[in-house]
Amino acid sequence: MNQPATGPAPVLALKDVSKSFGAVRALRDVSLQLFPGEAHALAGENGAGKSTLIKTLAGVHRPDAGEVVLDGEAVVFHGPADARDAGIAVIYQEPTLFPDLSIAENIFMGRQPRRALGRIDRRAVRDTTAALMKRLGVELDPDRPARGLSIADQQIVEIAKALSFDARVLIMDEPTAALTGSETARLFSVVRTLKAEGAAILFISHRLEEIFALCQRVTTLRDGRWISSEPLAGLTEDDLVRSMVGRDLGELYPKQSAEVGEIALSVRRLTREGVFRDISFEVRRGEIVALAGLVGAGRSEVAQAVFGVDRADAGEVVVDGRTLPAGSPTAAMDAGLALVPEDRRQRGLVMDMSIERNIALTGLDRLGRGGMVRRVLERGRAADWAVRLQLKYNRLADPVGVLSGGNQQKVVLAKWLATEPAVLIVDEPTRGIDVGTKAEVHRLLSSLAAEGLAVLMISSDLPEVLGMADRVLVMHEGRLTAEIPRAEATEESVMAAATGRNERAAA
Amino acid sequence: MGMAPDTQTAPRPPAKAPAARATTAGEFVKSVGLRWDTAVGALLVAVFVVGLGTTDGFASGENLAFAFNDIAEIALIALPMTLLVVAGQVDLSVASMLGLGSALTGALWNAGWAFELIVPVVLLVGVAGGLLNGWLVTRVGLPSLAVTIGTLALYRGLASVALGSDAVTDFPQTYASWAVDTTTIPGTFVTYPIALFITLAVATAVLLHSTAFGRSLFAIGAQEEAAYFAGIRVKRFKLILFVVTGVFSAFAGIVFTLRYGSARADNGLGFEMLVIASVLLGGVDFDGGKGTLFGAVAGVLLIGVLKNLLTLNDVPNEVQVIVTGLLLVASVLTPRVIATVIERRHRRATGAAPES
Repeated sequence: MNQPATGPAPVLALKDVSKSFGAVRALRDVSLQLFPGEAHALAGENGAGKSTLIKTLAGVHRPDAGEVVLDGEAVVFHGPADARDAGIAVIYQEPTLFPDLSIAENIFMGRQPRRALGRIDRRAVRDTTAALMKRLGVELDPDRPARGLSIADQQIVEIAKALSFDARVLIMDEPTAALTGSETARLFSVVRTLKAEGAAILFISHRLEEIFALCQRVTTLRDGRWISSEPLAGLTEDDLVRSMVGRDLGELYPKQSAEVGEIALSVRRLTREGVFRDISFEVRRGEIVALAGLVGAGRSEVAQAVFGVDRADAGEVVVDGRTLPAGSPTAAMDAGLALVPEDRRQRGLVMDMSIERNIALTGLDRLGRGGMVRRVLERGRAADWAVRLQLKYNRLADPVGVLSGGNQQKVVLAKWLATEPAVLIVDEPTRGIDVGTKAEVHRLLSSLAAEGLAVLMISSDLPEVLGMADRVLVMHEGRLTAEIPRAEATEESVMAAATGRNERAAA
Repeated sequence: MGMAPDTQTAPRPPAKAPAARATTAGEFVKSVGLRWDTAVGALLVAVFVVGLGTTDGFASGENLAFAFNDIAEIALIALPMTLLVVAGQVDLSVASMLGLGSALTGALWNAGWAFELIVPVVLLVGVAGGLLNGWLVTRVGLPSLAVTIGTLALYRGLASVALGSDAVTDFPQTYASWAVDTTTIPGTFVTYPIALFITLAVATAVLLHSTAFGRSLFAIGAQEEAAYFAGIRVKRFKLILFVVTGVFSAFAGIVFTLRYGSARADNGLGFEMLVIASVLLGGVDFDGGKGTLFGAVAGVLLIGVLKNLLTLNDVPNEVQVIVTGLLLVASVLTPRVIATVIERRHRRATGAAPES
């Protein structure tokens, strides 16, 4: 391991740690050193062992072999409380706050400062919270209830909570996955403040540009094994991807040019009061149209109204010349519409159900006669799509919840592609999935469009939007503010429309 | 994606003992969870065998006809109840609907209606009651538990309005013979209500386990939102279930009336708990999404056979109720205790929290 010859000693380290779950070897001889005042990135595809590593540091897992070293001494964490007492805090992607308690109460849950007779000292709670927020350089009212806070704000609360425990090591597990650009910038400035105060940061993200923007050092895992630990200075994104996947990826955005055909989806003056209004656009066969915008601009809501899971108040949706009745997903499916929703775990999949049954769910009436479901056909449909999408699984009868995020997303895609749609709407198709699978999804979308499918892609990932779309529609506060052809789409032009700076520039 | 191929080919050191034990334990829990319905089936057989060996007269045709006929209404209602619970719903108003069906049968008979006309009218009232439950759940959006606690009181109240505190007992023998345990299908000990139950149970099993409708119910119960996003008509399916349950309950009211030769507003008081308990005993998950019809039927029969055995051995009714209650508590508790014990052992062995 290339430990710096000079400089501070690592505050927290893993030394040759191995961990198995049954026959699955999640970590093998992995080492990692976190230094004070340094942000360390942990890179690797899904299933590379990142979560297990984090949970080992957080005291959730105990290593089978090797040791956790704190301030130069081997320690054993008997649970998350031990790790927390040692000054290790983990910020998860989706924080879990008590929605009905205030920010301050959340931070001091279970250890509120007391006054005489055991009464909670509300003023101390509030003042300390305000001081923490000030230290982080964030404006959040300590009395505000956690309910209704954005995910970004909830993460800030979690970080404040970690600070109140005097955390010296902050582990952040994909904190930016659900954040907008400006929220990410704020989070990064908070992290930089902590770093300057001497905290050690372990940062996990699937977005390589964030790793380069924030971190000084990166450790790469592949298949549970340590691949490298090196300074980021001097590395390129390509270098990093190569060490994560073990080979060249080719292009991340393999956009094929396709012949643009008839109008497949036409949305006219679609309106849902208080959410979005007067949305009109068309998607042609062979086209990938991106719907870009900030989180909360109403993009997913438009998709849901088009598909009929939400009912639009006005306007119409026409698929291949057929006007859809409002508020009927079943009719939308019959007309050839498919929606891969953003929330995979709640809406995309029935997590406890098997892979094959999830894939069958969108075509139950086609798997036998008279309403019967023939298991042979059900399994055949699943097996067929598993091969076509290169799904990695053990048995088709396994619950879909055991798959990695990327493979779960493939099951959602399979379930919808099996309906042979004319129009595919994908909402954040690659959020939270690893680089390798991401490229696969992009290749898939591109080749589907080449075969004549009309694709409407909602994405908050700008490189993805610019890399994949033939046209970019941009929404800002419930309205379409721009339609930008591929040739003119740049980060600047899309962001300008997304933030409302070029109101009606190109519409 | 070619995940480094050496993952598979790398030599694997002998698995560590704790890890190996944890795996077996995990699989054991899983198998217990998956085969709960089979276990209840086995328990049913065991109780049956014990009955054969210990209790005179248990195996006689007359007794078996009596034993199974005695739970005919509960068994009939348990069929649609299983579907409801699988879909994550529940209907507590079933026994009240049974009472309403019984009271109506008596009131209309008193008013001089022909029995052939009474039956369809009572079934229609069952449809109406089911529609009200289903409408409140699907259109108004109230939880089924709350809705049917309300209609439990409402339907029982309507039953009292229909018949007051009277009992109508002058039903002619021709109709009663269809329901009583002394009339069986020639050459067997199977009574007509039980024959009907067997037919319907087979049909329900096919419906739940081999049709698009059944698959949809499991999806709705496991994750309603995902089912809705997959184009399943969640509300319509729920409404249908409540209506079918209403019809079965009203019909059970007619069977009950004929079997005892007595129509009363308070017939079947508290049966809803027995029905739901049987279904849960059979391993159908109250949270929805899991369970088999076989399990539910085994649960009903187990309660019936136990009740009969205890009666034959002169165990007083109060004790029977206690035994049934304990059985139900044990059925809910056992899988959890097994899971906890194994998890503890797993944790001690590996020093790790269970994988989430």
